[in-house]
Amino acid sequence: MLTVSNLHARVEEKEILRGINLEIKPGEVHAIMGPNGSGKSTLASVLAGREDFEVTDGSVEFQGKDLLDLAPEERAAEGIFLAFQYPVEIPGVTTINFLKTALNQIRKYRGEESLDAAQFLKLMKEKSKLVKIDDQLLRRSLNEGFSGGEKKRNEIFQMAMLEPTLGILDETDSGLDIDALRIVADGVNQLKDQNRSFIVVTHYQRLLDYIVPDFVHVLYKGRIVKSGTKELALELEEKGYDWIKAEADAAESVA
Amino acid sequence: MSEKNIQTQLLAEFQEVESGINGHAAEPFNQRRLKAIESFKKLGFPTTKHEEWKYSNVRKLTQKEYNFHPKSDITAEDLNSFHLPELNGIVLYFVNGIYHPELSDLESAKGKVEILTFQEAQKQNPELLNTHYGIYTDEENEAFSAMNTAMANDGIIVHVPANVTVEQPIILRMVSDTREENVGSVLRNLIVVGENAEVKLAESFRTYGEHSGFVNTLTEISVAESARVDYYKVQDESNEAYHIGTTNVLQKDKSYFYAATVTLNGGFIRNNLNLKLDGEYIDSYMYGLYVPNGNQHIDNHTVADHTKPNSVSNELYKGILMDEATGVFNGKIFVREDAQKTNAYQNCRNVVTSDKAVMNTKPQLEIWADDVKCSHGTTTGKLNDEAIFYMQSRGIPKQEAIRLQLLAFAEDVVSQIKIEQIREFLAEKIKEKLG
Ligand SMILES: Nc1ncnc2c1ncn2[C@@H]1O[C@H](COP(=O)(O)OP(=O)(O)OP(=O)(O)O)[C@@H](O)[C@H]1O
Ligand SMILES: [Mg+2]
Repeated sequence: MLTVSNLHARVEEKEILRGINLEIKPGEVHAIMGPNGSGKSTLASVLAGREDFEVTDGSVEFQGKDLLDLAPEERAAEGIFLAFQYPVEIPGVTTINFLKTALNQIRKYRGEESLDAAQFLKLMKEKSKLVKIDDQLLRRSLNEGFSGGEKKRNEIFQMAMLEPTLGILDETDSGLDIDALRIVADGVNQLKDQNRSFIVVTHYQRLLDYIVPDFVHVLYKGRIVKSGTKELALELEEKGYDWIKAEADAAESVA
Repeated sequence: MSEKNIQTQLLAEFQEVESGINGHAAEPFNQRRLKAIESFKKLGFPTTKHEEWKYSNVRKLTQKEYNFHPKSDITAEDLNSFHLPELNGIVLYFVNGIYHPELSDLESAKGKVEILTFQEAQKQNPELLNTHYGIYTDEENEAFSAMNTAMANDGIIVHVPANVTVEQPIILRMVSDTREENVGSVLRNLIVVGENAEVKLAESFRTYGEHSGFVNTLTEISVAESARVDYYKVQDESNEAYHIGTTNVLQKDKSYFYAATVTLNGGFIRNNLNLKLDGEYIDSYMYGLYVPNGNQHIDNHTVADHTKPNSVSNELYKGILMDEATGVFNGKIFVREDAQKTNAYQNCRNVVTSDKAVMNTKPQLEIWADDVKCSHGTTTGKLNDEAIFYMQSRGIPKQEAIRLQLLAFAEDVVSQIKIEQIREFLAEKIKEKLG
């Protein structure tokens, strides 16, 4: 579904991604972990199409298409969804109106009919139940004055509404209380099927108890320096990153 | 044509008006005119050295030639296209500065509102005219006001007597017919709202044609004790339109005045909105919205002058500046020594969508009283790129994301427009313009 090959990206003069390789098949869940500043959010942003980052080398193929060729909105319509680490506040635009516009733009791109108000509301009701998000919240300006947890929950709600093929969750678990964490994870698990894949960026093993990954990758200094199964996350929880850093730095100085 | 020439032309125009007055020269209305022309001669047109005109250069305006008495064969049908279909009201048409009762719809004014031309008023109700005309207009210092008073001849008085509530809005439609040539219009109207009366007014400015239009418009509004007035000024003028407009408002005790100035289009626009809060327990609101693109220039100068205690003024102006557009906001709040317990708030927020668009803001608070609450703030920012990427990442194309963000920005002012038909018309126009 997604093939990332030798991806390099930089911002201004700083090289942040330095050769990422990643292969994701339909239905898989990949966890990405790694120390602060290692480039996890950058990778997520580059996949979603943020222009601040300049791709200097490598390629990304998504369902047979050259992803890097597409505008962010086209990627969304092709089925990519990024749940932001820091969701943006947009004063004056309600979540409802925002999502209605988004959903119908995506449908238009796919050559589908727009949903009318009634159909949209029905869908919204259904999905808001899924992530137990309050109707009142959705009537307010998008994320404006939302608590940290409310913002994260709203991201998952949006994901449920847009039903992407590849969901990228950037630290959706941080800032969530234990009940919210379970609700968010349940939401993701209900969306999971053999055609839908997820990239879950997290610092904590805790989330991976609920959303069980098929693979765990460690990103360090812009490269995936270790990959394994869910046991790797447990090992990291126990031992921290120092041993991986040491390995990676040694490998780099040799090269 | 040089500046001197347009001034000479205006003086000749004045002589012409003057010679038509025969026999009424001694009346206060005409005496005022004589003084004004002297003052205009002395002042000349302002340059950018003038503090109030620092960012608005009128040279382009004064270097053109205009016909101040053009013929217009505009028909009722032409004018129909300027109507808002669902907006009923008392409609008065002015074409190239001249009031056209035959094109107007005064049906619902009957028995409620007195509408007289200045010429009629001099005969039928000179007291009304002389009590209110020009009393809060500064011809001694403002060249365009002096020019207006000197040249205005064809304006009207709208008089809403005490205790009358006018349900339907009174709509003054000012059309510049510039299809044949450059046209100059001088518009002068006086609105007198009696004690405890209530009225909604709308002034709409349009250009009809491709040539240059110079509009010098001055509206005086007298708001008596406990009267309530809503005032809309809507401008949808051409890129060849030069508009210098002044609205002078005098408010008495316990009155309420609300203004919404919305500038959709216009080549060079200067709006002066001057409120004198000459009483206690007054409420004043000033809202403004301007969305210039291309090379349009839009300048709003406002004054809230608190002279007595216990009144409130509240102001919110918002601007979206695109392309190479330029804008000016100058907001003055005066709180005189007697005006204790004044609350005065002012806010001007702008978004520039291109590196070449420029906004100049200048809040100016002068406070002589000590027990007051005043605040002001101005900001000029760019589009929020984070927000645009966020929207795009949800499938909304960039152009649409920008539009949504700008519409949301404008909404604070649009939502303050109380007449639904006007609100929806403007919302639609703004949507179109933001494209
Ligand atoms: N716009 C930018 N300008 C300059 N540097 C940037 C920019 N965006 C990211 N960086 C830098 O790139 C590096 C990687 O950042 P990134 O946000 O991808 O890290 P991360 O792995 O997500 O970290 P965290 O775990 O703290 O969220 C950091 O050093 C960061 O400061
Ligand atoms: Mg991050």
